[in-house]
Amino acid sequence: MSTRNPPSADSSRANDIRLSVEQVSYAHSPNPSQAPLFTLEATSFQARPGEIVAILGPNASGKSTLLKLIAGTIQPLSGRVLLNGIPPTSLTPRARAQAIAMVQQESPLLFPSRAWEFVLQGRFAHSRALRFETESDVTIARNALAQVGATDLADRWMDKISGGEKQRVILARALTQQPQILLLDEPTLHLDIAAQVDLLVTLRKLAAQNRYTVVVVTHELNLAAEYADQIVLMQRGRCLRVGPPSAVYQRELLEQVFQTPLTVELSSSGRPRVHLVSNQ
Amino acid sequence: MRPLTWQRLFLQCGILAAILFVVVVIALKLGAVPVSLYGLGRDLLRVIFHQSGAISSDYGLIVIDIRLPRILLGIIVGASLAVAGTSFQALLRNPLADPYVLGVSSGAALGAIIALVTAPYLPIPASFAVLLTPLGAFLGAGITVSAVYLLGRREGQIDSNALLLAGVITASFLSAIIMFLMTTLNGGQRGISFWLMGDLSTPLQRSLYWFLGVGFFAAAGAIYTTASDLNLLLAGEKEAMHLGVDVPRVRLVVYIAASLLTGLAVAVSGAVGYVGLLVPHIMRMIFGSDHRTLIPTAAIGGAIAVVLADTLARTVVAPSELPVGALTAMAGAPLFIYLLRKRLS
Repeated sequence: MSTRNPPSADSSRANDIRLSVEQVSYAHSPNPSQAPLFTLEATSFQARPGEIVAILGPNASGKSTLLKLIAGTIQPLSGRVLLNGIPPTSLTPRARAQAIAMVQQESPLLFPSRAWEFVLQGRFAHSRALRFETESDVTIARNALAQVGATDLADRWMDKISGGEKQRVILARALTQQPQILLLDEPTLHLDIAAQVDLLVTLRKLAAQNRYTVVVVTHELNLAAEYADQIVLMQRGRCLRVGPPSAVYQRELLEQVFQTPLTVELSSSGRPRVHLVSNQ
Repeated sequence: MRPLTWQRLFLQCGILAAILFVVVVIALKLGAVPVSLYGLGRDLLRVIFHQSGAISSDYGLIVIDIRLPRILLGIIVGASLAVAGTSFQALLRNPLADPYVLGVSSGAALGAIIALVTAPYLPIPASFAVLLTPLGAFLGAGITVSAVYLLGRREGQIDSNALLLAGVITASFLSAIIMFLMTTLNGGQRGISFWLMGDLSTPLQRSLYWFLGVGFFAAAGAIYTTASDLNLLLAGEKEAMHLGVDVPRVRLVVYIAASLLTGLAVAVSGAVGYVGLLVPHIMRMIFGSDHRTLIPTAAIGGAIAVVLADTLARTVVAPSELPVGALTAMAGAPLFIYLLRKRLS
């Protein structure tokens, strides 16, 4: 199978490519007798350490499917995803969690726990069954909380903190996995503007400091333009364009994808900025 | 930050074990025949040093041959049900899950009854036939938990309300079948109330105690190896998978082991209810929801709860007796209502 192929020999040129998505497609059939519905047509992009990739698109455009393919939780129909030359689907769950951390839309906890307990869960993939946390695990968790500016939340209960604070703690747990790739599925959902900006500034800083490759699915056009190095623009299961924000943010293209009139201008930082135009 | 250490775990379990010891002594002392603490201690030492022959007094025989085996049975049944309840709660992500509420105990009871009824017709040696009842109970528990799991799913996800309803309906359906079988067939020396309410008064063969003990430690040990995985599963299967949990493997191990524990307990004591609900919640309130602590403390706590309940069951209306399940249900059902209301609010 193509997904089990060894890394290509000419990869020396692309030595610093950490994540490579090569012509990946995915189909899902709700009923075996019916033709499968394409949820994702062939999509390709590459990302280096320290880079932030934003996957943009309206609802049902295949963004989350693409993220799952990168996370290795579903098998591509064709093409392959390579993480340092290895398809993530070929790794055990434990090995995968050591390389890839996923930040999802928060799910409610069955029984409340304290933030530090929650963050220490990120060490699971690095410890044997029944091992108790060591000093170094605690240090890693402390540093992770400090990196996201949540040191003072350590002893708080997870169900007693705000949405923005919770998102920081969830991010800290992902950092204690010490991954190479951080995947975030709409992390700014339910956050107020200040918390959204805060989160992306933190991600930018983390990507630079820890050399993470960050892939984030989002609806926030302007935040993506401001903080991402690459944009993957999707619509109805098709990848329309991949490139830096300035190349992807074109008025006609965005208007067609998001089905709403808008204008695009350059901000003082040299990055595109989108304004919605009222129909009235 | 204060992560769990071996020392703290041993201390917590040690305290509970000391409480269990006190409860056992009280249970040995209480009953229709009064027993002195001195006589109790002397006779227990004689048993430990294999000098049972030296125990001459009548009450010594009552204590050693009647009360002690019954207490040992209560310990194993309580520990098994509490560990099974803890596992079902984590795996099904439902704080109200318990072998009795989910109908798993009824399934085990039905399996045990079918094994009892069919055993005389099977060409197997008598020594092995004894083990047929626990085996039937295990299969009954396993089949029931799979059925309830499938009925409680909606669009590929466990729906906790659908799951509870599926469990309640399954329990009542299986109880009806048990009634039918017990009325029409000769179900052995035990009555309907044994299977539906639970009772520790039937004496067992000595070999079965060994079987129960080994079975308990094997199954509870298997569940304990997944304690860290269960902690992550509390947040959902998807999230646990992203953190490195091999979800299908853990699910399989824990379902089989928890069904085995339920089957063992039900085969020897009938369907004692609510222990698997009551005990894990109390332990969680005291020690927190980390399964590395919760599983062993729930096991000891379950033993304490059932031994206490059984002691009350045979003393409150002495010289007659209540089924032990009647007492655990009196304590457990109000807690179930409380937890249900808390979750809905």
